[in-house]
Amino acid sequence: MTMSATAAAGASASAEPFLRLSGLRKTYPGVLALADFSMEVRPGEVIGLVGENGAGKSTLMKILGGVIEPDHGTITIDGVAHPSLSVAQSMAAGIAFVHQELNLFDNLDVAANVYMGREPRKLGFLKLVDDDKLHKAVQPLLDRLGATFSPGTQVSRLSLAQQQIVEIAKALSLRSRLVILDEPTSSLPIAETEKLLEVIAGLKAHGISVIFISHRLHEVVQASDRVIVLRDGNLVGTLEGDDINHDTMVRLMVGRDLKVDYVSPARTDGAVVLSIRKVRTSTYPDHEIDLDLRAGEILGLAGLVGAGRTELARVLFGIDRPAAGSGSVVLDGREVHFATSSAAVEAGVFLVPEDRKGAGLLLDFPIAQNITLPNLHAYARRRLVSRDAEFARAERSRVELDIRAPDVGQRTSALSGGNQQKVVLAKWLAMQPRAIIFDEPTRGIDVGAKAEIYRLMRALSDAGVAVLMISSDMEEVIGVSDRVAVMHEGHIQGTLDRAQCSEENILRLAVGRSI
Amino acid sequence: MLKKDLGLLTLIIVVGAVVAIINPRFLSPINIANTANLVGLFGIFAIGQGFVIITGGIDLSVGSIIALLGVIFIDLIANHEVWWPLAAVLVLGLGVVMGLVHGLLITRLKLQPFVVTLCGLLIYRGIARFYTKDATAGFPFGVNFPDLEWITTGRTDIVSLITGGTVQSIPIPHAFFIMLVIAVIMWFVLHRSVFGRYLYAVGKNEEAARYSGIRTTQVIIAAYVISATLAALSAIFFAMYTRSILPSGHGNFYELYAIAAAVLGGFSLRGGEGSIVGVVLGTVLLQVLQNLVNLLGIPSSLNFAVMGTVILIGVIADQQFQVHRQRAAARKGRQNSPGKSVAEAAG
Repeated sequence: MTMSATAAAGASASAEPFLRLSGLRKTYPGVLALADFSMEVRPGEVIGLVGENGAGKSTLMKILGGVIEPDHGTITIDGVAHPSLSVAQSMAAGIAFVHQELNLFDNLDVAANVYMGREPRKLGFLKLVDDDKLHKAVQPLLDRLGATFSPGTQVSRLSLAQQQIVEIAKALSLRSRLVILDEPTSSLPIAETEKLLEVIAGLKAHGISVIFISHRLHEVVQASDRVIVLRDGNLVGTLEGDDINHDTMVRLMVGRDLKVDYVSPARTDGAVVLSIRKVRTSTYPDHEIDLDLRAGEILGLAGLVGAGRTELARVLFGIDRPAAGSGSVVLDGREVHFATSSAAVEAGVFLVPEDRKGAGLLLDFPIAQNITLPNLHAYARRRLVSRDAEFARAERSRVELDIRAPDVGQRTSALSGGNQQKVVLAKWLAMQPRAIIFDEPTRGIDVGAKAEIYRLMRALSDAGVAVLMISSDMEEVIGVSDRVAVMHEGHIQGTLDRAQCSEENILRLAVGRSI
Repeated sequence: MLKKDLGLLTLIIVVGAVVAIINPRFLSPINIANTANLVGLFGIFAIGQGFVIITGGIDLSVGSIIALLGVIFIDLIANHEVWWPLAAVLVLGLGVVMGLVHGLLITRLKLQPFVVTLCGLLIYRGIARFYTKDATAGFPFGVNFPDLEWITTGRTDIVSLITGGTVQSIPIPHAFFIMLVIAVIMWFVLHRSVFGRYLYAVGKNEEAARYSGIRTTQVIIAAYVISATLAALSAIFFAMYTRSILPSGHGNFYELYAIAAAVLGGFSLRGGEGSIVGVVLGTVLLQVLQNLVNLLGIPSSLNFAVMGTVILIGVIADQQFQVHRQRAAARKGRQNSPGKSVAEAAG
């Protein structure tokens, strides 16, 4: 990584910038979304772009993509100045986007996705798709990205990181000069993230520039030649070389020194609340999971994507049935079998799911109705819901959790990611939790909201609730957990206490070795 | 009342006014009573269909249930001399069982609602025809059920009843009253009860509902039971209304009337949207249109074409209004809380 970085840094210093933004300004009624922003992009440069939600990153990206027009400023491409870009101009200039939410057709193969809408044709007016030609065109792109799958692979069989490679291949097929990766690693586990960073280095080596947007700062440190920090629409810093470090970025992003004080003395002496004994999931029916969750501790659960962590959470919460021959789950000394999620909820075992928008919330429902949904009977008399009781409860939650919304009657879809996650938490905090499983609790959430969620998790564990935190974010796993269990292919490969808990140890266990 | 419902009510009044101007017989007491009777008959099972549609499902078996259970009901009371309240309970019980089977097949075996209830449509229709050997089921000469007939096909002039006969008004068919009672009960169930909230949650996003600890399978099964049971109830009403049932034709396309009423009433076939007031008003509009075809001398063969056209226009208008409203709301939102909405847009 460092070698290629220095090599390309040398190359980019000599090259002329092909894209130059100067004095870009965009206001929405009452709000300055972007203020006099200027930057240059040279061939083969990797630029990290960081900032909290609402800092102006999306506005900048939309201007580059030709989706919105800036109020002032110019965009100069190869010496030609434009007041704004159209989508077609942006594409013609070789700017390609890989969004956080992938836009792939998982029922089609890789090649079909890469050339979607631009398929090579044969037999004239019949317009049949020339599959041979298509696959031959896609193969070299995949080779260039070091992909191990073939153009004929069905996208549904690929991992998330591999799917991102398909998106990047699509960008390459358009002869892109600048690939913008929007939160590419937020859903990737450690090993796959490494792979993606290698792909970025490969793009750079081919002279393709990359803008890398991420909330995961240590990846930004690893990947970027230069880091641009935005806050409230303003460019607050450009970091290069040794200045690219975690603390500097955080300080610039939040405008103050944010000591993330979620690290507190490790406590592992509490009573066992939830004991998982020889549980098998249907994904790994031959492997048994043993794990104890203690009161007062946050147990981190690390591992690669596909290690079976989410599957375990789903079994514990009664969403999936365990595999045949599965052992037992003991809650407060009593053996429990959750055939449905409602049984788990009644017993006080809750899950904050990985897919916040799809599974955690009903986005079209008002905030209040989301909060009361799991426990609606508590706000009802003779089975009729009392709206007053419901709103009173939700209003209390809004204040307690500092959910930033004008009122709890607002649709949940209007909230930012961090506030949506607080609503998910509010659902469970309004009840009596015994154990809460957090699956990737801070994915795609900005630094400030992250810290608040960690504080809430800590408060829960202090109150004697068993907390299991599944996370692929190394910083988070190490910083938040009192103890870390690492899963590998359906079983617990090892458990680390605070003293042993390092990135290296977690990685070794995650790939199936021992420490 | 939602804005959507108000729009539909306006449409009904406008259509009604136009028809009344062209043909004043539209407002004659006998025509109003007859139309109200049909609204009652169709409204009962359309409400049931609404519950299923809210879960994102569909019940195509309604028309065939009305035929089969109607045939059975007449056979029980006319030929087997079963006491009619007992026969009614039996028929309603059969409706519950049918709904339960639909619901179980859909939730436990994960079959698609369209397929399950399409099979129901074919199976029940086939059994109904076999049951009567394709003959018309009816009452033998001279067989009467005064109580049952009073309940199902009777009419009462409320005003006259209250004033002791001094003031006369229109006699209202009992089917319409019963539909209203069901509508009020179901309004509370859907819009105020815990179960109703669960229905909307399951229809909007079943996964999220499950992750909130809702027993989604039970909620879905209950919706199909409600639909089939209300279809069974209207089977009794239709049987007494027509008094003879040709099993190959009785109730044909009724499921589509119900679906049309729901769609007109603002239900989304994707689930999670709709209201009781909406589906009742949708039923009213459909019957007013039927009436319009008759009163304006439009060839009755054009009946379906007129209905289809009006539904299409209604749905297009609604869509346009919604786009307009969303834009207006977005504009308003930006003015009220600029920081909020733009921070999100930019975030």
